[in-house]
Amino acid sequence: MQPVVTPVAPFDEMYTADGQVRPPYSVYCDWLIREPEDELRQKRAEADSLFHRVGITFAVYGEQDGNERLIPFDIVPRILSAGEWRRLAAGLRQRVQALNAFIADIYHGQDILRAGVLGPEQVFCNDHYRPEMQGLDVPGGIYAHIAGIDVVRAGQGEFYVLEDNLRVPSGVSYMLEDRKMMMRLFPELFALNRVAPVEHYPDRLLENLASVAPAGVAAPVVVVLTPGAHNSAYFEHAFLAQQMGVELVEGQDLFVRGGFVYMRTTQGPQRVDVIYRRIDDDFLDPLVFRSDSALGVPGLMSAYRAGRVTIANAIGTGIADDKSIYPYVPDMVRFYLGEEPLLSNVPTRILRKPDDLAYTLAHLDELVVKEVHGAGGYGMLIGPTASQAEREDFRLRILAAPEKYIAQPTLALSTCPTFVEQGVAPRHIDLRPFVLSGKEITIVPGGLTRVALRAGSLVVNSSQGGGTKDTWVLED
Amino acid sequence: MLSRTADHVYWLGRYAERAENLARTLDVQYRLSLLPRKSTSEGVGWGLTLSTLSYADEYAARFGRDFETHRVIDFLAFDRENPSSILNCLRAARENARAVRGTISSEMWETFNSTWLEARGNAPNRFSARNVAEFVEWVKYRAHLARGVVLGSMLRDEGYHFMQMGTFLERADGVARLLRIRLACEATDNDGEPVTHDYLPWTVLLRALSAYEIFRRVSRDRVTPMHVVEFAAFRPDVPRSLLRSAELVFDNLAAVANTRSGETQRRAGVLHSMLRFGTLDTFGASGAEAFLQDVSARVWDLNDRIGRDFLGHTFPT
Repeated sequence: MQPVVTPVAPFDEMYTADGQVRPPYSVYCDWLIREPEDELRQKRAEADSLFHRVGITFAVYGEQDGNERLIPFDIVPRILSAGEWRRLAAGLRQRVQALNAFIADIYHGQDILRAGVLGPEQVFCNDHYRPEMQGLDVPGGIYAHIAGIDVVRAGQGEFYVLEDNLRVPSGVSYMLEDRKMMMRLFPELFALNRVAPVEHYPDRLLENLASVAPAGVAAPVVVVLTPGAHNSAYFEHAFLAQQMGVELVEGQDLFVRGGFVYMRTTQGPQRVDVIYRRIDDDFLDPLVFRSDSALGVPGLMSAYRAGRVTIANAIGTGIADDKSIYPYVPDMVRFYLGEEPLLSNVPTRILRKPDDLAYTLAHLDELVVKEVHGAGGYGMLIGPTASQAEREDFRLRILAAPEKYIAQPTLALSTCPTFVEQGVAPRHIDLRPFVLSGKEITIVPGGLTRVALRAGSLVVNSSQGGGTKDTWVLED
Repeated sequence: MLSRTADHVYWLGRYAERAENLARTLDVQYRLSLLPRKSTSEGVGWGLTLSTLSYADEYAARFGRDFETHRVIDFLAFDRENPSSILNCLRAARENARAVRGTISSEMWETFNSTWLEARGNAPNRFSARNVAEFVEWVKYRAHLARGVVLGSMLRDEGYHFMQMGTFLERADGVARLLRIRLACEATDNDGEPVTHDYLPWTVLLRALSAYEIFRRVSRDRVTPMHVVEFAAFRPDVPRSLLRSAELVFDNLAAVANTRSGETQRRAGVLHSMLRFGTLDTFGASGAEAFLQDVSARVWDLNDRIGRDFLGHTFPT
C-alpha cells in the first residue's frame, strides 16, 4: 500500500487517466459542459458578495476596520458515490472509536503501554498529556466528542488519513454554508443529482452534546465557549451556537460557585451542564493551566473533576492527535477493537528512531517533513518543491531535535476540477469529515473539502491560500 | 439571557438609533446653513450643534474655532477619529451585532453588516460632505430597513426588550438635543429672545423628525418654537416624540424586570409621567431648555442603572 510518489500524475476525482468521466460526476459533468464560462464567473462573483454580506469570514489578526477575509469558495463540487462514502464512513467510525478507547486507556489503566505497543515516554513526555485527567471518569467514556479526520486520496484513489483532529477541529460551518450557497446558486443541480443532506449537523451536534451531560441532568443546558469576536474562527462559534439555539459564552460570562458552573444572565446565575469549548486546554482554567489566561473560567477544572459539568472535547485529547502518536493509530485499532484498520495511515517515519532519521536525511528532497506539534501547514518542509537552502535549514533543525519531527512520502493528493482564473482546471484537494461521538457515533455524509487554489500546490490550509468546495455524497 | 449578550444588543439599539438621530440633526442644520441667516452665517449654528451634542471639546482640540460647514459635516458624519461620527456609529452597531450574531436573527446581522460595508465602501467618494443630503437619505433608509428587519424577524425575548430600551433611550436623548440646538440657535439670533415668528427652521426640524405632515394633521397651532417643542415632547402618538420614547422604555423595562430593578423602573416611570402629564406650563417659555436638559440627564441615569441591574456590571460572584 505504498502510496505513489510525485511526479506520477495524481488521481483525478472527475476523470480517469484516459479521460473518461467517473460515474459520480457524469450528471454534473454533462451540466458543466453546457454551462457558459461567463455564467460561472457571474455565479462566483455572486457567491463572493453573498459571503461578504452574510459575514462568513475569518478575522485576520491585527487588521482593523472589520477587515475579515473570505475563505475562497469554489463553485465546482467534490462528489463521492454512495459506495465510496460507505467504505470511508466505516473506516472513520472504527478509527475514532479506537482513538477514544486509547485516550480512555491512557488516563486509566494504560494497558496499551504495558503491552508495549508504544513507549511510556511517548505519552508522558508529550506536552499534550494532562496529568490532571488521570483517573477521571467522563460520561460514556467519550473524550473526543467532535473529531475532524483529514483524509486524502492518492495512488489509484485509496483513502489515507493524513491527520486526526481531536482537540477543537473547525471548518464544519463552511461545510454547511458551502452547501447553502450551492443550493442557492445552482438549485437545478440538486434536482438532477440525489445529494445526501448535511443540514441536520447542528441538530446531531446538540443531541450528541446533550447525550454526554453529567448523569442525572434531565434537560441539560449546553453552551458554546468562544475566545471572543476577535478569534479567527469566531464566525463558526457564533454560527453553531445559533444553529443549536444555545448561548455563545465567553470565559467572563461563566463562573464556578459551590462546585457548579453558572453563566451570568440578566435574571441572575443559570446552571451550565455541557460546555462545547472552542478554546485550547491551556486557556480553560487559569487556576490549573496557564495562569495568565483571561479566556477561561477559574475553578472550571474542579467542577469538571467533580463531574458537575461536561467539557467537549474533554481535556487532554491532544495526546491522541499528536503527529508523533499518529503512526500508532492502526495498532490502536488492532489493540482495542481486534479488527484490521479499514483506513490506511500515510507511511510515517518517526525521526526519534535512528534508522528513520538516517533514511530521512538521505531523502530530504523526496519527503514531507512535519513538526510534530505544527498545525495549519506551518513548520513543514515539502522536499520536492523546497529550495536547497530550505532543505539545509531543515536538516539542521531536525538534527537539533529529531524527536520533534516525522517524515512522510510526498503524496500525490488527488485533484478535482476547480474554477480558477484560467477556467476549470485540476487542483489538489483533501477532505475533513466530522465524526460525532456520544451515546452513538454519527457522521453527516461528506465533510469539508479544502482545495489548494494555486496550480500544483499541495497546501490546502485557509491560512495559506486554500479554498473550500461543497462536498456531495450521492445517494443510491 | 447572558448579561453580556444583553449589553451588546442594548448598544446595538443605541448606536443604530444614534446614527439615525445624527443624520436627522445634520439634515436640519445643513439645510438651514444654506439659508442666509445670522447664526449660521457666523458659524455659530455649527458651534451650538457641536456643544449640544457634547462634541465641542473634541472638535475644538482638533479644529479650533473653524466652523466651516464642510469641516463640521465631515467631523459629524465621516470622521474616523470621532468615535461618535455617523460612520463610526454604524460600525459600532455592526460590531455589537457581530458579537451577538448567534442571538439576533441572521437577517438582522446581514442588514447591519451590509449597512456598514456599504458605508465604508462609499466613503469618501459617493458619501462625503459635498453629498451630505444623499448620505442622510441613505442613513435614514438603512435605519428604516433595519427597523423593519427587527420587527419582522427578531424573537420577542429579552434581547428584543433590551434592544428597544437602547433604541428609545437614545431616541429620547437625541430628540431632546435636537430641540435644544434649535432653541439655542433661536436665542442667539434673537438676542436671547427665543420668541420668533420665523417658522422656517422649525418646519425643517419637523421634517427631519418625519413629523411635519403629522403636525399639520393633528395640530391647528401655528409652527412656533413652543408649539413644536410641546408637540415633539408630549404627543403620545408621534413616533419620535419624547413621550412615546419614554413610554416604550418603561414598557420594555417592565418586561425584563428582575429582583434588583425596582428603583430603575420607578425612575423610568417618573420620566414617563413627567412627559405624560406635562404641558407647556410645566416649563414655561424660558424653561424649555432646562426641561429638555433634565430629560437627557434622566436618560443617562437610566442608562447607568440598566447597566448595573442587568448588563453585568455589579454581579455578586
